Amino acid sequence: MRVGSTLNVAFRALRRNKLRSVLTALGIIIGVAAVIAMVGIGNGAKAQVEMQIASLGQNVILIFSGSTTSSGIRTGWGGAGTLKIEDAEAIRREVSGVIAVSEEVRSTSQVSAGNQNWLTQVLGESAEYLDIRQWPLADGAPFTPQDVRSANKVCVIGRTTATQVFGNDDPVGQVLRIKNVPFIVTGVLTPKGLSALGPDQDDVVIMPYTSAMKRVIGGTTLRNINVQVGDARQLPAAQQQIISLLRQRHNVRAGKDDDFTVRGQQEIADMATAQSKTMTLLLGAIAGVSLIVGGIGIMNIMLVSVTERTREIGVRLAVGAHGRDILTQFLIEAVALSSVGGIIGIAFGIGASKILSIYASWPTLISLTSIMVAFLFSAGVGVFFGFYPARKAAALDPIEALRYE
Amino acid sequence: MNNGTVVKLIDVHKIYRSGEMEVQAVCGVSLEIQRGEFVALMGASGSGKSTLMNLLGCLDRPTRGQYLLDNTDVSHLNRDQLADVRNGKLGFVFQSFNLLPRTSARENVELPLLYGKHQLSYPQLRERADRVLASVGLQGREEHHPSQLSGGQQQRVAIARALINEPEVLLADEPTGNLDSRTSVEIMGIFQELNDRGITVIMVTHEQDIAAYAKRNVLLRDGLIVNDFAVANRHDAATEMERLARSTMDEDK
Repeated sequence: MRVGSTLNVAFRALRRNKLRSVLTALGIIIGVAAVIAMVGIGNGAKAQVEMQIASLGQNVILIFSGSTTSSGIRTGWGGAGTLKIEDAEAIRREVSGVIAVSEEVRSTSQVSAGNQNWLTQVLGESAEYLDIRQWPLADGAPFTPQDVRSANKVCVIGRTTATQVFGNDDPVGQVLRIKNVPFIVTGVLTPKGLSALGPDQDDVVIMPYTSAMKRVIGGTTLRNINVQVGDARQLPAAQQQIISLLRQRHNVRAGKDDDFTVRGQQEIADMATAQSKTMTLLLGAIAGVSLIVGGIGIMNIMLVSVTERTREIGVRLAVGAHGRDILTQFLIEAVALSSVGGIIGIAFGIGASKILSIYASWPTLISLTSIMVAFLFSAGVGVFFGFYPARKAAALDPIEALRYE
Repeated sequence: MNNGTVVKLIDVHKIYRSGEMEVQAVCGVSLEIQRGEFVALMGASGSGKSTLMNLLGCLDRPTRGQYLLDNTDVSHLNRDQLADVRNGKLGFVFQSFNLLPRTSARENVELPLLYGKHQLSYPQLRERADRVLASVGLQGREEHHPSQLSGGQQQRVAIARALINEPEVLLADEPTGNLDSRTSVEIMGIFQELNDRGITVIMVTHEQDIAAYAKRNVLLRDGLIVNDFAVANRHDAATEMERLARSTMDEDK
């Protein structure tokens, strides 16, 4: 039997029972829509995390001071204060492939201007920091290497800090008092949004690390050092060089643990994406269950249909249909139900994720791959759940089928 | 069409097994039917006439014995080969018509062509179906669904479906069982007309006066042929129709 007539026969049978066909397809529609929307949400979250990781800067290695234990209480990274300014300079000088280094200290401090005050994150960095983070200024100018050398009282501020402290006024050139020390605001940063783990990255004041250490935070050690390498291929070598350089400088004997921690950006990214991957998988799996339930619906209806149309099958067999023709006919009906349901489900799924991203402002990302996979999977559900009823139809004995009441 | 043997059964047995029980439905039937014959298979229920019909129709295989259809042994063919034989050489007419519901007369008639060896284009299918429908007097009803047709018309559609592949043998299983007497005569008229054109007709019936339209009657009892004779006073459907028409007019007066 030719393909055209088989298709024709299958679609006519579906049209004969419109309501039933629609309800059966609905199971698949909901399943596929759920898969598309859920994977869309998962992928959206993953893409956002990846974007934020990328915003840390390209080819960046982070070196943290070790933690310390005093009376049984361990501090976090940076607490031990093992990193010195000289360490950063040594890295700048001796590690190959390094194009930028930023010494970092940070504290949370109260800042004020006029009658407004605000608790914010104060970062001390080198002048190269904004280049490493690829963080351009919206307005004004950055602080310079000269400012760093002289520990000048200048700073750039994030968008959130600017709004909270200066309102609608232009902060550039104004005085910002940090722990009562007056600093001149030289520039306002472009907004960067929330970080991967939640905090508002724009709620920040960035100043030369020298100024921060001398005038705001105090102390002589760094919390961490940000190192940028020119080429991704140099990252592993640079990481190794940094470790051995620091071990040597800190006189760490062989066999002892490092008193610092080196993290490649990739490791941070891996950790963050692993989380969102798990979430995508979980959401997809839950949605997949509904797709399987839809498939069982198809199987159920196809079994009913085979029973109802036993006589029709008998007639077809009597006039010369092979078992294969009957099998194909019912299989096509099942696949038609599931794949038409799949196509409509994809449309609904895309619609649902658009609505979610607009009204719930969840980032969603629908890839062509997930659409293709959802479609093929729904067609596959049709084949899988349609096969048993179709085989049952094809195996009918023509005499008994014709006699069936 | 040349004469010759079209159906030849040689000592055919059919035994059904259900669990421990063995039922001998047909036990040793030998039968020869020539081209152009019109045979009525008769017998009470349980006589084995339906089983014999299923064997003749290649819907079933004999347990023992040989069946030569058109000089080809079909006793040992597999399912798909039997399907091809049914499609090419046999036409079926059933008691309950067995038309596909919610499907037009034309599409019902086209059905065997869809499973045929030769693939026809849609216009060819349509042309052939309409021609055969016209030959059984259903011109203008091509688009009607079975539910829109009377019993007699439905049976004509079924006959058209049986004829579409120009079969060697037309097999009819109680073709008038669901019809009133007037329509039964009409259908017998069609069978006689087809038979006059040279088509071999084998019909199962338990009604004496329906069997009288055939040329030859074969009587079965307990799975065996007990009588086989040429019909002496053969009914002629055309005359019968006239008689019926006269009696209706008499009643009207």
